[in-house]
Amino acid sequence: MTAPTRAEVCVVACAEAWRGDGEILASPIGLVPTVGARLARATFSPDLLLTDGEASLGVGTWPVGESPAQVEGVLPFRQIFELIWSGRRHVMMGPGQIDRYGNVNISAIGDFHRPKVALLGVRGAPGNTVSHPCSYWVPRHSRRIFVERVDLVCGIGYDRAAAAGPSASRYHQLRRVVSNLGVFDFPGPDHRMRLVSVHPGATVDQIREATGFDLQVGADVPQTRLPTPAELRLIRTVIDPAGHRDAEVPR
Amino acid sequence: MTDKRMTAEQVVSELRSGMTIGIGGWGSRRKPMSLVRAILRSDLDDLTIVSYGGPDVGLLLAAGKVRRLVYGFVSLDSIPLEPHFRAARQAGAIEAVEYDEGMLYLGLYAAACRLPFLPTRVGLGSDVLRINPLLRTVRSPYDDEELVAVPALRLDAALVHLHRADVHGNALCLGPDPYFDDLYCAAADRAYVSCERIVPTEELAPAASVLIRRHQVRGVVPAAHGAHFTSCEPDYPRDEQFQREYAAAAATPERWVDFHRRYLDTDEAGYQRAVADRDQQLEVAR
Repeated sequence: MTAPTRAEVCVVACAEAWRGDGEILASPIGLVPTVGARLARATFSPDLLLTDGEASLGVGTWPVGESPAQVEGVLPFRQIFELIWSGRRHVMMGPGQIDRYGNVNISAIGDFHRPKVALLGVRGAPGNTVSHPCSYWVPRHSRRIFVERVDLVCGIGYDRAAAAGPSASRYHQLRRVVSNLGVFDFPGPDHRMRLVSVHPGATVDQIREATGFDLQVGADVPQTRLPTPAELRLIRTVIDPAGHRDAEVPR
Repeated sequence: MTDKRMTAEQVVSELRSGMTIGIGGWGSRRKPMSLVRAILRSDLDDLTIVSYGGPDVGLLLAAGKVRRLVYGFVSLDSIPLEPHFRAARQAGAIEAVEYDEGMLYLGLYAAACRLPFLPTRVGLGSDVLRINPLLRTVRSPYDDEELVAVPALRLDAALVHLHRADVHGNALCLGPDPYFDDLYCAAADRAYVSCERIVPTEELAPAASVLIRRHQVRGVVPAAHGAHFTSCEPDYPRDEQFQREYAAAAATPERWVDFHRRYLDTDEAGYQRAVADRDQQLEVAR
C-alpha cells in the first residue's frame, strides 16, 4: 500500500475526535469529517449513531455519496433538535472564521447588516455549542480563517461561554480543531487554542505563519498519528473508493 | 364537511401586503413552490417571510417581495448558498432576523401553543442576541438558569406542500422528514396546503403519516410537481440540473431576465410546460 496522503491523515485526525464518545450521534459536516466519522464507527467507536445526511440512521459502513444498505430508524430535524438539546451529539462543523478561544463565524464576513460576504446564516451553531461537544474542520488553514477576532459569534468559544454565565457554559465543550496542517485543542484554565500535533510534511513555523493569533505551542510538538494499514484499507476501498477526499485536501 | 379546494390564485387573493408568511419545507426540499410562484405573479409586497430558507426565499427576494426575513439559513443544499439571498444580504436590501435553527422551531412552537415565548439556552453567548436587540432573557423561577426567551413567531399565513391531501385539508407526508410543516400550520391564522394529489380520505394511509389535520387548514391546492425544482421524495427528487440553471441565472441580471422570461412570466401551467420542454430538449441533445 502507498504511503498515506495528507487527506488520509486528516481523515484519521477527524475520526479521533469521536474516540470514546460511546452511543451518541456523530454529525460530521464536510467530506473529510464524514469519512472520519464512518471510519471511527467502523473501528474504535462502534456505538456511534450516523445519519445518511437526510433523515435516516444508517447501519454498517457505506461509501460517501451513497446510501446505507440498511437503516436502524429515522431522525427527522425536529427530533435532531431535541437530541441536540439533550446533549447526546458531537458535531464537527466548518468555520468561516475561528479565534483563539474557539468562537466561530459561519454567517457573515464584515458588518452583519451589510456583509461584505454573506455566508449561510448561523444555522445550528449557537445551539450546538451550548448543548453538546463540538469540533471543527478547516480544509485550508489560513489567516483568513484563523483570525484575531471573528466578525460574528455563531458558535461560542470559551471566553464567551464563561462571560455569558452558567447556563451558557454548563454543557459547552470544544473538543478539537483539525486543519489540513495540524490538530488543535483548548486546554487549561484559560482555554486558548493549542497546537496538539503537526501533520507529516507540515511544520510548526508554517502553522504559526498561517494563523492570525498567537497559538500555544509546546516545546516538543508531536506528529499527528498516521493511519494504520487497516484504516487505510477502509478509507481507500470501503468509505471513499472514488477519492473525493483529495478534492477537499489536495495531495 | 367543507370542501376546501382552492386555486393558487385564490390563496394569493386572501393574502395582503405586509403580512407575515411562514413557508414550510427545509432548504431546497419540499417547498410549496407553486404557491410561491403565484405570489411572484401578484402585487403583494412588504412581506415578512419565516422560513428554513431555500429557493422559496431566493425567488421572493429576487422579486422584491420581502421587507423582513426570519431565518436560520438560506441554502440550496447541493449548492450551499442561495445566490439571491447572498445578493440581497450584501446589498443590505432586507431586514434580516437571523436565528439559530432551533430558535425558529421554538418560536413556531410557542405560537402554536399561544405562548408569548419559550425558554432555551440556545443563543446564549452568541451574537444572535446582539444582531436581534429585541431578544430578551428570562430567569428560571426554579434555579439559577438565565435563558433566552424566544418570542412566538405568530404567522398570518402558512404555506406548505405535502404529498397527498383530501379536500377537507387532512394531509399526508410520505417523505423521509415532515420538517416543521405541521407547526407552520399550527402557528398560522390561515394555513394553505398544496399537494401532489388530492385523494379520498380513506386513501390517506398510513394514518400515522397524516401530518396535518383539517381543523388547521383553510385551503387545499392541487399542485402536481408543485414543489419543483425542490425535492418531493418519494414522488420526485430535486431537479439538480434545473437548480444549477437557476443558480447560474442568478449570477447576472441579464441571465436572470432570460430565466424569468422563460420560466416565470407565465402561470403555473406555463411554468410546468416550460420545464417539460426543457427536459425534452435536454433529452434530444443527449
